[in-house]
Amino acid sequence: MKTVEDLKRLREQLQGQNRLRHEGGTEIIVGMGTCGIAAGARQVMTAVLDEIASRKLEDVKVRQTGCIGMCEREVLLDVARPGEQRITYGRVTPADVPKIIEEHVINGRIVEAMVVGRVDI
Amino acid sequence: MERVRAHVLLCAGTGCVSSGAKKVEAALQVEIAKHGLEKEIKVVETGCHGFCEMGPLVIIYPEGTFYVRVQEEDVAELVENHLLKGRIVERLLYKEPLTAEKVPNYTEIDFYKKQMRMVLANCGHINPEIIEEYIAENGYAALGKAVTTMSPDDVVAEMKKSGLRGRGGGGFPTGMKWEFTKNAKGTKKYVVCNADEGDPGAFMDRSVLEGDPHRVIEGMAVCGYAIGADEGYVYVRAEYPLAIKRLKIAIKQAEDMGLLGDNIFGSKFNFRLKIKEGAGAFVCGEETALLASIEGKRGMPRPRPPFPAISGLWGKPTNINNVETFGNVPQIINKGADWYASIGTEKSKGTKVFALTGRINNTGLAEVPMGITMREIIFGIGGGIQGGKKFKAVQIGGPSGGCLPEHLLDLSVDYDSLIQAGAMMGSGGLVVMDETTCMVDVARFFLNFTKEESCGKCTPCREGTKRMLEILTRITEGDGREGDIELLETLAKNIKATALCGLGQTAPNPVLSTLHYFRHEYEAHIKEKRCPALACPNLITYGIDEKCKGCGVCRKNCPVGAITGDVKAVHELDQSKCIKCGVCFTKCKFGAVTRI
Repeated sequence: MKTVEDLKRLREQLQGQNRLRHEGGTEIIVGMGTCGIAAGARQVMTAVLDEIASRKLEDVKVRQTGCIGMCEREVLLDVARPGEQRITYGRVTPADVPKIIEEHVINGRIVEAMVVGRVDI
Repeated sequence: MERVRAHVLLCAGTGCVSSGAKKVEAALQVEIAKHGLEKEIKVVETGCHGFCEMGPLVIIYPEGTFYVRVQEEDVAELVENHLLKGRIVERLLYKEPLTAEKVPNYTEIDFYKKQMRMVLANCGHINPEIIEEYIAENGYAALGKAVTTMSPDDVVAEMKKSGLRGRGGGGFPTGMKWEFTKNAKGTKKYVVCNADEGDPGAFMDRSVLEGDPHRVIEGMAVCGYAIGADEGYVYVRAEYPLAIKRLKIAIKQAEDMGLLGDNIFGSKFNFRLKIKEGAGAFVCGEETALLASIEGKRGMPRPRPPFPAISGLWGKPTNINNVETFGNVPQIINKGADWYASIGTEKSKGTKVFALTGRINNTGLAEVPMGITMREIIFGIGGGIQGGKKFKAVQIGGPSGGCLPEHLLDLSVDYDSLIQAGAMMGSGGLVVMDETTCMVDVARFFLNFTKEESCGKCTPCREGTKRMLEILTRITEGDGREGDIELLETLAKNIKATALCGLGQTAPNPVLSTLHYFRHEYEAHIKEKRCPALACPNLITYGIDEKCKGCGVCRKNCPVGAITGDVKAVHELDQSKCIKCGVCFTKCKFGAVTRI
């Protein structure tokens, strides 16, 4: 490392690694109750992780949650952008994931056709 | 393509390792592999979180869920429920001692909520053995900023303006010390980090070195730039093997990246660091003794002046600060002196790390802003006294400090208020005592420590501490005489006035402060031959009252046959035979054996 710019570049490259340990950023929450897992939640989550990785999205956290009672509509996937409503999508399949990420997570446009719930944070 | 979605932070500080963290880590790796989660879950070994009482600690992000006392056998459940299914394992959560409420999140626990973790910000948050983790948290930015945008004078001015004072004990303004060394004549100068932490119950510096060694290295390098030194030493005791190991790794990584070495950040500034392992003598924490030890001589203090800033290591101008002081430097350079000076009190700026030990619920490390009250530290963060007992005193400042009684709990914790109250900030060890502690015995404990650790060079300390210890010992053994208190006071005054180094001059403090606040306990020992805390065995008188059922258990267990009595009749204890072993007291099921 020869200059302060080198350090800055390295830091920017590395910051993503530790971001999980800081607050903030968009959260994607996958319902992993027994009902969710039976409906394919694990495949949906893998699809989410793949999509985030291939698009190199740094400021996105993926979490899981248990059953919230809407078992009929599983797989349930929530997107919560900082300062916005938490949106719940229902009957999500791995094929829907790229669309939700591109439209909602990146561009902030809710995929209305799939919405089953909204919560103010 | 894979992406890490969760970080499992496992505390690998000395405390958690001794309570089983290594076994937990091995089990985590096995269980994570079993569920095929290796690529989405990362296990990160960190330094000390400070909450040693509750270790081994595991924190899972992004949720920030805080699990305590995690054992090997808990890991399977933790991985399957939390990491695979996203369900919190309630039984491993922390329970607040006062409300019995389970708290899932790290930041919501009283112990952490009431702290201000600045020097400890990375401790428990990053892997101390990976320099990239430190850089990701803005590491080495202060060094970069200093050498490329500031002159050495600017750095010194910034340090002076910040109001930072030495965290090792004395509280001397750090910026002034840097300025003296900078202005001293000579081209070869040294930076020395004092990591010879030796106060009983103190482990702040060890935790910083173990948990965030790069912060200390960066602080030392900034100092080197400011004072014009190209070489530094970290003097660390050999009893801290993990700290030494992590420091060595950190120095090597910094050298490999060019953050230590020649032409740092393309400037003309060169800086190298060496580690000197000390053999663990308490006196080597005194700066002139420490320097002698680095030079390979016997660790003994010498008179000052000349101060090390003028003539230090090998006669060259040398700046010595302790670990926590250097740990404060990067943030002052990064965020500015004004920001730093906005924290704390008028004359004590910033934060201080304390090691909480003794009869306190939450043993561990806590960093708090200067000016907080002792009550907030002990009851707010420390969770109060163990076993619901009554608070009696807190010993602050180690063997050079003093004991503060209950009526001073609301005292502001800053350098000047503590000195005024007869104690001192010291390096930050807090030993909490409850009603069962005898204050004469506490003074005896500390005098025994200073007597053992006295280097023997000057007579007041060598002889004086020995004589004071003799008097204290006879008081606790029931042989105290009229005039002993006055004799202690005379000796204390003379030692304070005439000892060669700071350690000798402050050695009588534990006696003086306990005499000041707990004189009645000394008097009870000497005049009434009674220990009010019932802690000194020779001064306890046992007896048997009418609650006695005549079961005979005490009689059968008494090793000297001092108890007599018929079955089903109240027994009697012969004081002339009693050796005060206390067996009758512990064996009696009816509470009939009394102690006064």
